[in-house]
Amino acid sequence: MSIVEFRNVTKAFGKVVVLREVDLNIEVGQVVVLIGPSGSGKSTLLRCINALEEINGGDLVVDGISVKAGRSNVRVIRQEAGMVFQQFNLFPQMTAMQNVAFGPQHVRGHSRAEALEQARALLAKVGLSDRGSHYPSELSGGQQQRVAIARALAVKPKLMLFDEPTSALDPELRHEVLGVMQALAEEGMTMIVVTHEMAFARRVGKRMIFMENGKISVDGDPATLLSNSENPRLREFLQHVH
Amino acid sequence: MEFDWSVIEDAMPALLGGARLTILITIAGLVGGLIVGFVAGLMRAYGNVILNAIAFVYIELVRGTPIVVQVMFIYFALPVLADIRVNPMTAAITAIVVNAGAYIAEIVRGSFISVHKGLREAGLALGLPTWKVLVYIIGPVAFRRMIPPLGNQVIVSLKDTSLFIVIGVGELTRQGQEIMAANFRAVEIWTAVAILYLLMTGTLTLILRITERRMRIL
Ligand SMILES: Nc1ncnc2c1ncn2[C@@H]1O[C@H](COP(=O)(O)OP(=O)(O)OP(=O)(O)O)[C@@H](O)[C@H]1O
Ligand SMILES: [Mg+2]
Repeated sequence: MSIVEFRNVTKAFGKVVVLREVDLNIEVGQVVVLIGPSGSGKSTLLRCINALEEINGGDLVVDGISVKAGRSNVRVIRQEAGMVFQQFNLFPQMTAMQNVAFGPQHVRGHSRAEALEQARALLAKVGLSDRGSHYPSELSGGQQQRVAIARALAVKPKLMLFDEPTSALDPELRHEVLGVMQALAEEGMTMIVVTHEMAFARRVGKRMIFMENGKISVDGDPATLLSNSENPRLREFLQHVH
Repeated sequence: MEFDWSVIEDAMPALLGGARLTILITIAGLVGGLIVGFVAGLMRAYGNVILNAIAFVYIELVRGTPIVVQVMFIYFALPVLADIRVNPMTAAITAIVVNAGAYIAEIVRGSFISVHKGLREAGLALGLPTWKVLVYIIGPVAFRRMIPPLGNQVIVSLKDTSLFIVIGVGELTRQGQEIMAANFRAVEIWTAVAILYLLMTGTLTLILRITERRMRIL
C-alpha cells in the first residue's frame, strides 16, 4: 500500500523549476534513502510531502490525502508525516521534555500528564532519559537531534522525513543519531531519508533514489546501486561522497 | 554660592507630586503603547498588504516627527479638527501611547522576524495551525528578545514626559520650573529634579537587569 504518491509533481520557485514531473510511490514500511548532488531538489521533494512547500503541478497524496486539499487536511498530513531537520530546530525556550511533550499536548490534544508520560518514554527510547530537564542550548548536537526525533515521533506519525539529519553534526556524534534511526527502521517505520551516510544507506535502506536536476534518475536497491551502478553520474557522485 | 538644603526640603512635596504624575503618565501611556505597538508590529510582520501599509504609515509618521510636535498636535490641533476637548493630562498620555506605540511596533516586528524560520517550520511540521505556532513557539522566543529594547523604551518614554511642560501638565519638570520661577534657586531645584529622574530611571534599569538575568534571552 502506498503511503506517499507523487503524480507528475512539478515545483518551481519563481522561474527556477526544482521538481520536474516527478512520479514516485512509497510503500508503507519502506526505508527510502534519497541522494543526489546539491541543488538537485532533495529537500524540496521532502518538504512537498508535508506541504512546507506548495506544489505547482500534478498531485501529491499522503496517506490518502492530497496536499492540495486545504489547510485542515494539510495539518492532518503533517501529523502523519513527522519531519527531522538538519538544524534540529528545537524550541529553545522549552526543555527537552517540554519539546517532546509539546506535540501530544497541542496537536493531539492529550492532557499535560499524558503528554509528559509519553515524552518520558520517548526520551528513554532515544537514550536521553537523564536529559529531560535540559534546555536545547545545554545539549550536544547529537543529543539535540535525538530530542528532535523524539519530538516528531511524539505526534505518532505514520511516516518520518529526515533532511540530512546528521550533516550538522561532528562525525563522532553521528552514530548516536543514526543508531536511533536504525532502531526506528527496524520497528517498521516508513522513512524517507536524505543523507550522505552511505554506510547507513546500505545497512538500513530498502530503496535508494538518486535525484538529478529535479528528476529521479535512478531508483533501486541500495546495496546494488552502491556496489555497481550502471549510471555513470551516480557512480561519480558516490565517489565524491565516500 | 551656598547650596541651601532647606530649599530642597521646601520644594520636595511639590516635586514628589510632579514625579507621581510623571510615573502615572508613563505607566498609562506605556500600557496603551504596548497594546498599540503589539498590534502595529504584528501587522507589519504578518499582516496583508493593507494592514502592513497602515502600520507602516503610522510608524513612519511618528518616527519622522518630534514628540513635542505630536503632543502639540493632540492638544491644540486635534480639538480644532475634530471638535473635541482634550485636557492636558489626556493629551500627555495619548502622546506617549502614540509615540511609544510606534517605537514598540518596530521592536515587536524586529523580534518576531528575527526568530529563525526553522522554528516556525518545526512547529508547522508537527501539524500546528499558524496561530499556535505564533503564540506558543515564536512569541515566547520573540518576547524574550524584546525585553532589553522595551526596557530602553520605557526609560525613553519616562524622560519624554518632561517635554509635556509645553502643554502645562504638572509633571516633575514642570513643577521644578514653577518653583524655580518663584525662588530662583536653579542649582538646588534642578539638582533635585535630576536626582528624582535618576532614581526613577535607575529603578527601571535595575528591574530590567534582574528580568534579563531571570529570563534567559534566546
Ligand atoms: N525557498 C526557495 N526559494 C528559491 N529557490 C529555492 C528555495 N529553496 C530551494 N531553492 C532552489 O531549489 C533548488 C533545489 O533546492 P533543494 O534545497 O531542494 O536542493 P537539495 O537537493 O536539498 O540540495 P542540498 O544537497 O544542497 O541540500 C536549488 O537550486 C535551490 O536554490
Ligand atoms: Mg537539502
